[in-house]
Amino acid sequence: MDLGTFPILSTITFLPLAGAVAVAVLPSRWARPVALGFALAAWVVSLLLLVSYLPNNPGFQYTVALDWITVFGIQYKLGADGLSVALVVLTTTVSWISILASFKPIQTRIKEYMVSFLILEVGLIGVFLALDLFLFYIFWEIVLVPMYLIIGIWGGANRIYATIKFVLYTLVGSLLMLVAILATAFAYQATTHTWVGAFDFVTLRDFASNGGFSSALEIGAFLAFFLAFAIKVPMFPFHTWLPDAHTEAPTAGSVMLAAIMLKLGAYGFIRFAVPLFPDAARTFAPAIIVLSLIAIIYGAIVALVQPDLKRLVAYSSVSHMGFVTLGVFVFTQQGVQGAILQMINHGLITGALFLLVGVVYERTHDRTIAKMGGLAAKMPVYVAIFGFFIFASGGLPGLSGFVGEFLTLLGTFEFNPVTAAVASFVTILSAGYLLYMFGRVAFGEVSDFLKALGDHLEDITPIEILTLAPLGALVVVFGIQPGLLLDLFHGTVADTLTAANAGAAIDIAPQIVIGGLGLLTVGVVARVMYVLMAPRRVASQLPVPADSGAAQ
Amino acid sequence: MNLESLIPVLLLLPMGGFLITAAIGRRLHKQAHWIPVLAILAVWVLAMLLVINVLTGTAPLLAGSETHGYAFAWFTWIPAGDFVVNVGFVVDPLTACLLIVVTTIGLLVHVYSIGYMSHDASYWRFFAYLNLFMFSMLLLVLADSWLVVFVAWELVGLSSYLLIGFWFRKRSAALAAKKAFIVNRVGDLGFILGIMAIFVNTGTLDIRDSIHILTSPTLAAFPIPLWITALLIFTGAMGKSAQFPLHVWLPDAMEGPTPVSALIHAATMVNAGVYLVARANPLFAAVPSTMVVVAAIGIFTAILAASIAMTQTDIKRVLAYSTLSQLGYMFAALGVGAWTAAIFHLMTHGFFKGLLFLGSGSVIHSVHEEQDMRKMGGLAKKIPITYATMLIGSLAIAGIPPLAGFFSKDEILGESFKLGFLWVWAIGFVVAGLTAFYMFRLMGLTFWGEFRGPKAIWDKIHESPWVMTVPLILLAIPSIGLGMALGLPFGSSTLSGWLEPIFRQADTLMGRAAEPFALFGIDGALIILSVAVAAAGIAVAWRLFGTNLLGLRIKGRPETVTAMSARAPFLYRASLNKWWFDDLNHLLFMVIGGRIAYAAWWFDREVVDGTVNAIGRGTVSSGRGLRRIQTGRVQNYALGIAIGLIVMAGSYLVLAGR
Repeated sequence: MDLGTFPILSTITFLPLAGAVAVAVLPSRWARPVALGFALAAWVVSLLLLVSYLPNNPGFQYTVALDWITVFGIQYKLGADGLSVALVVLTTTVSWISILASFKPIQTRIKEYMVSFLILEVGLIGVFLALDLFLFYIFWEIVLVPMYLIIGIWGGANRIYATIKFVLYTLVGSLLMLVAILATAFAYQATTHTWVGAFDFVTLRDFASNGGFSSALEIGAFLAFFLAFAIKVPMFPFHTWLPDAHTEAPTAGSVMLAAIMLKLGAYGFIRFAVPLFPDAARTFAPAIIVLSLIAIIYGAIVALVQPDLKRLVAYSSVSHMGFVTLGVFVFTQQGVQGAILQMINHGLITGALFLLVGVVYERTHDRTIAKMGGLAAKMPVYVAIFGFFIFASGGLPGLSGFVGEFLTLLGTFEFNPVTAAVASFVTILSAGYLLYMFGRVAFGEVSDFLKALGDHLEDITPIEILTLAPLGALVVVFGIQPGLLLDLFHGTVADTLTAANAGAAIDIAPQIVIGGLGLLTVGVVARVMYVLMAPRRVASQLPVPADSGAAQ
Repeated sequence: MNLESLIPVLLLLPMGGFLITAAIGRRLHKQAHWIPVLAILAVWVLAMLLVINVLTGTAPLLAGSETHGYAFAWFTWIPAGDFVVNVGFVVDPLTACLLIVVTTIGLLVHVYSIGYMSHDASYWRFFAYLNLFMFSMLLLVLADSWLVVFVAWELVGLSSYLLIGFWFRKRSAALAAKKAFIVNRVGDLGFILGIMAIFVNTGTLDIRDSIHILTSPTLAAFPIPLWITALLIFTGAMGKSAQFPLHVWLPDAMEGPTPVSALIHAATMVNAGVYLVARANPLFAAVPSTMVVVAAIGIFTAILAASIAMTQTDIKRVLAYSTLSQLGYMFAALGVGAWTAAIFHLMTHGFFKGLLFLGSGSVIHSVHEEQDMRKMGGLAKKIPITYATMLIGSLAIAGIPPLAGFFSKDEILGESFKLGFLWVWAIGFVVAGLTAFYMFRLMGLTFWGEFRGPKAIWDKIHESPWVMTVPLILLAIPSIGLGMALGLPFGSSTLSGWLEPIFRQADTLMGRAAEPFALFGIDGALIILSVAVAAAGIAVAWRLFGTNLLGLRIKGRPETVTAMSARAPFLYRASLNKWWFDDLNHLLFMVIGGRIAYAAWWFDREVVDGTVNAIGRGTVSSGRGLRRIQTGRVQNYALGIAIGLIVMAGSYLVLAGR
């Protein structure tokens, strides 16, 4: 379908903003339907983008470019390739699902909540579409604000600690990224003596592929980008904000966090870090692969002993997202394809798992695994759906999770069989933690805790099913026909590989890697010594004023 | 009409049965079995149509081979650049043999379940799961791509998980289901890595193409050595077919309803590993050392499991260990290169073990869900049909001619001997004696002597309804006659004629020529020996546990049993405690593994997250500290400026002076 000159990307991006304005000015009893309406509208337009996108045309489509800060060549520039399209559709889909899922749980300050949510959607879509680095940075930071509010206002008991940690942690990374963006722009200007295109992704990418950046700049800028993206993914050892944020966020917040926000980092790697700094990317690939392996195995091991449903799913996210970074940085065709599939699938499946945990929390106001038991007798339909997504998450073939995991592993195997063998060990661990959680919640006799709830324990409601059904359907469809997705982004995969394979690794790599690992070791040893020698303390918390941490 | 197009129908029928029953089964109440049972009946009819055409050679030749069969390409599953996976199916003679077992026993178990599960509240759920299993199992034997086989591999694992944990209120059932799935995942890990190795080596995942490339003598060097590939594939087989050390899940799987034990955990799914190795036979034949591994694992499992079966008191667990032991025989046969004998035993074992399990279900049903044989005895009078059919099954598994087990087991032992694997033969010979012993111990404790349970139960014992006894009778027929039908004439049996094209390449690779069968020579002597050891096993069991057969009345001697077990306390306790494998696994994975996981979590909280918080705390406290500098007194600031000037000037002088 030909859309002519219709500015479809801007429409998708700013429809939720219009929605936020509408929700803000209308009375609060209209907040829910209006917010849902705008989210659905954005979804429909994104589907229009999906069907009109031409997967066989390489490069970006529906590009819009308007001058913004002309002095520095900064533009308002959006464009979509297959990866962007897939992630935008994922965002709009999960957004309306999350808004619908918030109808019942969120009862206070509903107007503010919906405004936050819609602005969050604007930021997320913008990140996936922006082709100007400055614009990208703006959207990247916009995302933080509503999420800060969503966790901080509608979250659980320890929400202030979690939200401050989340924002500060992410800021550390993204500010360094801003420095790197400026540094690349200055370097570009210094060479070409013009500001035109200094922030334009396509220009910079071509500039980089012709060896425009010096090695030192590449390394510095790559590390800055890496930190920003690694925190967002999150990669080991930058992941500890995630369990806290997930545990404290309201259900829909967790869903957005898991399904979309974690993808920002992975998207950043594929879109910006690798094409802009290919030599540095190759240089650091071994270190990143090692960190990914640690995330995959370590995340799963820690997940095995989590007492809290949400924390368990959060650590499983760390493990699953490790596959994404692994797949990207082995730089093989199957690896990158698998990584992108894994991004989408993790969004669908883990999003659904958080919704499902939310269903139980809604009824019990508790997420402690030890208190659950025997739900299969009380909520059979719920347990059937829960089981479906548990097995999807565990990589059951026939469902979508398997294809991404397998392709990533295959790509890794082509890179190095032993690495693949280590990574695939996680299939045992994931079966362990998932079936432990599922068995404890669903099987056995109904626990006393649940018995005491009596009739509150109604089975899953039609609205809740409506939020899960689209995700489940996509999990089945992409499991049987992954070609639907793979066809969409073969251009992106080819670009990434061309960029990565064109360059040669910068040979100062060993020093930097060894230095980094040495620094890390010193830090870890110091920390372990400190912990072992310090007297027993109460659980680690930032010193926050006593009143702000109080319950609602 | 071309018969190829029937193949996807074989899969769509049970899938449809599963989906429909899952969706509306609850509302069908006690009629929920109709759709699933009729679906499987239709599958059976269609499968037999294909099987007969393939085995009689009326089917066309498969492209590029001398094997008769049907091939059907369905759709492209994963189109990922140069990695393409197509979903396609092949029915060749090997698949046909498996189809006979899977569809026939599948159908009979479905019918049997109508009676066995009739009192269960989740009747519909059981039939839905059974159809899901049939779909997965059929996909497994039909698929012609390694990755599609792996899909089915995991799906049968899922159905097994669901069915073992069918009575989910029982904690033990839920735990057994989890254990089965996770232990199988260990095997699957090897399998998936093997599949990747095959792809990296050959660039295709089509089973026949890839094997052709891997075993063609012109291509010597592969990125991944062939023996690693073969052993990785074998790891997958070990998981699904419960071979040592991955055997621990199968006995626990007996927590599932008995029809499930018969269908999945005796007759079909556990054979998948044997099928896989047989399917990949040239791959193993190309590296003979891998075959020795297969034979060793197989025969070790056979004797390990047989030794455990001797002392177990749960009727289903005895049969479960017996299954392990018989699967071990099959792997031993594969390992020595007696390919046909392995498939032969797979088929006969499927029928008589299915019969024995369904019979045990009938027993358990009659004594009100009691599984402990110490509380049974004398049931022969009360449930004669169950008794008679189970006796046939026991004689068959013990290897008494002319029943089915005799032919297949004897072929395994004879071939091991003649192919020079004397150690396999010797251990297998001992196992044959043990098998006869533990089966007749089971018969003695269950059917003969006096009833040892409560009197109230004895009075109410009655034979099972016809939907349960008819499948028993129908299974007894092949348990008697299948050996004679497939195993004769000796040396050039019907079955070896069917399977010859499948295993021809492997035999060529190993340089094997068919040896003539010498009834009045080595083969005859071996037959007499193995029948003798079986008879000895039965005789000992009779003496210790009694019999009541054809006018022969021997009383059990429980005191002799106690005395004997006291004389060999270590062996007895080892057998009773299953050689402590469960305890070892508990120690390794629950205790030590749990400690590691908790240590990792501690590390995560205190070290990784602790560092983050320490940086945060450090920033706050350094801010507090630095606040004190900002005193507002000009003298302090002036002092600071002065010190700064001195330091800067001093360092400039020092550096510039060099």
